[in-house]
Amino acid sequence: MLATNRQKMVGLIGLLIVLLAAMWMSIVCGYTDTSWRQAVAALIDNNGSNAHLVVATVRLPRALIAAAVGASLAMAGALMQALTRNPLASPGIFGINAGAGFFIVVMVTFFSISSLQMLSWVAFMGAAMAALIVFVISAAGKDGLTPLKMTLAGTAVAALFASLTQGMLAMNEKALEEVLFWLAGSVAGRKLELLAAVFPYLAAAWAGAMLLARHVNILVMGDDVAKALGQRTNVIKAAVAILVVLLAGGSVAVAGPIGFIGMMVPHMARALAGVDHRWLLPYCALLGGILLLMADIGARYVLMPREVPVGIVTALLGVPFFIYIARRGIAAK
Amino acid sequence: MSALQAKELTLSYGETTIIDRLDLTIPKGKITVFIGANGCGKSTLLRALARLLKPTSGAVLLDGKEIAKQPTKEIARRLAILPQSPMAPEGLTVLQLVKQGRYPYQTWFKQWSDEDERAVERALAATRLTELAERPVDSLSGGQRQRAWIAMTLAQETDIILLDEPTTYLDLAHQIDILDLLFELNEKEQRTIVMVLHDLNLACRYAHHLVVIRNKTVYAEGKPEDVISRQLVKDVFQMDCQITYDPIFGTPLCIPYGKGRRILQKEGVS
Repeated sequence: MLATNRQKMVGLIGLLIVLLAAMWMSIVCGYTDTSWRQAVAALIDNNGSNAHLVVATVRLPRALIAAAVGASLAMAGALMQALTRNPLASPGIFGINAGAGFFIVVMVTFFSISSLQMLSWVAFMGAAMAALIVFVISAAGKDGLTPLKMTLAGTAVAALFASLTQGMLAMNEKALEEVLFWLAGSVAGRKLELLAAVFPYLAAAWAGAMLLARHVNILVMGDDVAKALGQRTNVIKAAVAILVVLLAGGSVAVAGPIGFIGMMVPHMARALAGVDHRWLLPYCALLGGILLLMADIGARYVLMPREVPVGIVTALLGVPFFIYIARRGIAAK
Repeated sequence: MSALQAKELTLSYGETTIIDRLDLTIPKGKITVFIGANGCGKSTLLRALARLLKPTSGAVLLDGKEIAKQPTKEIARRLAILPQSPMAPEGLTVLQLVKQGRYPYQTWFKQWSDEDERAVERALAATRLTELAERPVDSLSGGQRQRAWIAMTLAQETDIILLDEPTTYLDLAHQIDILDLLFELNEKEQRTIVMVLHDLNLACRYAHHLVVIRNKTVYAEGKPEDVISRQLVKDVFQMDCQITYDPIFGTPLCIPYGKGRRILQKEGVS
């Protein structure tokens, strides 16, 4: 682990360089390998040739989206783990992916909406709606927002939305075809405008998370200790929940449901930077971006010339990691 | 110096009333200990005094003003509470933990001051943890861990410190170590200390003021030597005992009747 603030700062700069390198690789590598010379030319002085067009309209948006979505999912995961005091938590626990999926299937089935731009807003709404339902259910009752109630309410709401989605898809095959692409989760084939529309929300949430980091450090000590230290815990919890919705909802709107980044990355970041969220959150952002970029590059090579949805690659990485964390938790007790 | 009071305080969990119209004044600059049978509501009362639990009716007053109507951060600068068996996040160091005690003094503009730094150093020194400051809390022994949590509450620099069973899960030597530390804090700095203890004899030894809880209210209070009697122990704990005096401290000592090996005086060690 990096001990001093100086070491942590150096580590952060190191990760930033790795992130930029990964973005560069994402632009250059793929079915049509681009030379770095061509890539630079395409970005600075695009001559409209096919190779240049691929870089500017396909590869560049893809790299930017993977970096932004990876960073946001990882930060959302760290905040979710703090909120529920559960090391296996991820934004999915708020039913965010399930809610987004459900709203999209409803819109496609009943309103025949199919533009990706529209669907991304629908997904964002669904994510927010699911999180709101979970939050309201778990806030009811005498103890307020306990981690256990949030986890249970979230799991139940996610299961409900997921089964409603599946039921509707089973009855409507036309919708199935249209949304299957979206439901798999991918950063490919999205236009830059899609990211641009969501980016202000993601950026605001990144800044908000950094401002709240100090308060999150108190929140993870448990409700009693946080209240004893003078924290209005319900205000902080609501603020953290809103950040999770912006980060994970924004991500699902752009890239569909991509699992396990939010669960895995905070653990890697903690191993490097420790438990202080003022350092943990920026480490999560950089590591999350790097991991999703690498997974996406890997997704191009697994079944060349076809591509695998990146959500499948993250799941392949995530499942063994999940088991490792769960087992370590058991061994510690 | 801050004063803590309960007025007609009623506490309940759902439909069940735990404490019923209780009046209590915590003496300033003294050590007050709550005792009572399991489930009598002494921990609940302590939590309510520290605004961790909302009263069903009645009020807790700090310096004559209702605690629920004052900003919680302001209260955290006058009153600290250490809840029962708190859990630190995995990997948190002693220094990081103790620094959290300065949270009530921090604002958006003033995040860490020299005064904060000095308060943390004082808290570490008082709890003899300066050497262990960089160690993760979860790697410490039970007694050291409890000292680290106490150091966090000390860093809050409050007149009043409340502790919910601070000696639970500690062996006898560490229990004495923690209670000596609190006794010293009271002697040297006149801090008001209020705690829940299970051991009646240790309560009598360290408390200036004993508060006995029974039947949802205060059954008796006062100096341990004035309060403790065979009848009281019988009423409160449903246990027969003999009260004698500690041969070293002279404080009341409760010897429970019941079963056990009996060694006659002349056969045993004199």
